[in-house]
Amino acid sequence: MEYLIGIQGPDFVLVAADNVAASSIIQMKHDYDKMFKLSEKILLLCVGEAGDTVQFAEYIQKNVQLYKMRNGYELSPAAAANFTRKNLADYLRSRTPYHVNLLLAGYDEADGPGLYYMDYLSALAKAPFAAHGYGAFLTLSILDRYYRPDLTREEAVDLLKKCLEELNKRFILNLPSFTVRLIDKDGIHDMEKLPVGPK
Amino acid sequence: MALQDVCGFLDTLDDTGPCTYPPNEMGYMWRTASEFDRDSAFHFLFPPQQCSRKNRVPTLFSSTFSSLSPHQQPFQLSHGTTTLGFIFQDGVIAAADTRASCKGLICCPTSQKIMPIHSHLVVNTSGSGADCMLWERILTREMRLYQLRHRKRLSINGAAKLLSMMLHPFKGTNVCVAATLCGWDGEETRETLNSCMEIAEVKEAVEQDTGVSTISDSALSSVKMASVNEQEILKDAYALNPAVSDQNTKNVLSFGGRSGPRVCYVCSDGLQLKGEIISVGSGSPYAYAVLDDGWRWGMTVDEAVALAREAVFRATHWDAYSGNNVDLFHITAHGWRRRDREDLKEEYYRERERKRKKIKEREKERQKREGDELGEGDIYSVHCG
Repeated sequence: MEYLIGIQGPDFVLVAADNVAASSIIQMKHDYDKMFKLSEKILLLCVGEAGDTVQFAEYIQKNVQLYKMRNGYELSPAAAANFTRKNLADYLRSRTPYHVNLLLAGYDEADGPGLYYMDYLSALAKAPFAAHGYGAFLTLSILDRYYRPDLTREEAVDLLKKCLEELNKRFILNLPSFTVRLIDKDGIHDMEKLPVGPK
Repeated sequence: MALQDVCGFLDTLDDTGPCTYPPNEMGYMWRTASEFDRDSAFHFLFPPQQCSRKNRVPTLFSSTFSSLSPHQQPFQLSHGTTTLGFIFQDGVIAAADTRASCKGLICCPTSQKIMPIHSHLVVNTSGSGADCMLWERILTREMRLYQLRHRKRLSINGAAKLLSMMLHPFKGTNVCVAATLCGWDGEETRETLNSCMEIAEVKEAVEQDTGVSTISDSALSSVKMASVNEQEILKDAYALNPAVSDQNTKNVLSFGGRSGPRVCYVCSDGLQLKGEIISVGSGSPYAYAVLDDGWRWGMTVDEAVALAREAVFRATHWDAYSGNNVDLFHITAHGWRRRDREDLKEEYYRERERKRKKIKEREKERQKREGDELGEGDIYSVHCG
């Protein structure tokens, strides 16, 4: 039902998430933001079971900020991803596992851009491009075909648009708009909603 | 409840060891008061230890029973209802039907699904009736405690977050609460007033709405908020022409500390949404259809009331689990006001009557027009009845 996608370029990461908050068959909200800002250059995209997403994502968000307050410097994307994975794994075999699928995207001064794919079983993988949701079945092969490690920003946005067109065409559910953000050395930038969101 | 917590009434019982009370039928579900963490709202009742999220039919009994098959509910907990809440330039409308159903039986045709929490907040509840009653009281208690401790009222979004956090430990159990918090956030600072638009003429909303019957006493005696004049100023700032109000809605909705109408949905499975139109229950799709069609930010109070009433009416017509009467609350900066409970049974026949009259009129007009057209240039004259 929900869809996340991330594309890593040579010096940026482009991420997008759909804007629908649904409850059984009803779209309760059309402009729901599924991205959580962990720090100036790290975004966590979170989908999954209704309450778990916000609970878990906010928990990670607050802990990352606490780390910064305690130690004076921010967690790198790799460290944040591993921290998230550890927490997810700890809860996995408890009474209350979190059923969430995540994409963590960030830019590190030393390592450059990074996109991390994490699923509800707390499997972590650093990937050049990734997607979550039923829409992933439809769009991963497009990403396979057209992705190159040296994409420019415009090319990455075009690739994203291609994926969303395919979703519009073949996916049974209506996902009218997507929030798009880009992370590079200057931080997180909001981009225009695709396709143009409802006023 | 609240006074007991605030006074630390049962402080003296110093039993901090592991649970040693004998297992009774309820097992380890109920903790004694000494184990309450007075400062935290979240520890007051926890689901039994054996209950795991994966086991979707949790046992309510002690561990001695857990080896048996899961306890069968005596009846299916179903949540048939239609409740809705939406904001517009002049406040919030909360409406709901009054039918409490239990599978095929109407348990109560005159239940009240909209409960006031305080002078500027009402909550629409759907889900399991017992759970809703309990959690309303808990929410009321916690908001009152917050107000006493911090000397200001908790915002609607804050209340939603609080309720969501309190319900989180019960995720996976049979607790079923889907609450819509509808209210008006109080204005705390004066600086934000300056950024609002100039004041137009003062609108007397209290006199305008003719369907009003009850005025909440607490609204009139509310001293926590800024003076009534300022509230009216704010209300008018939004009541100006819709084009500018649309701009203002963005401000109202995006700035956390500002005052304004709010509607927030909290569900026991953890979903928490802020929005402009929220409808919950088995009749909600029907209500959404009417609301999406007629909602505008710049509606007048009468239009909004009529829209809400019609949405509930249509939902009760199609949905078997909604019906009987409709309750309507209107919340503004002055507080909540309640409309008389209205029986919708007659509404269906009144509408049929209106439609029939309209068809007759249209038929007459059509025949008259045809008669005129034919009579003008035609050699054959047709007799029109």
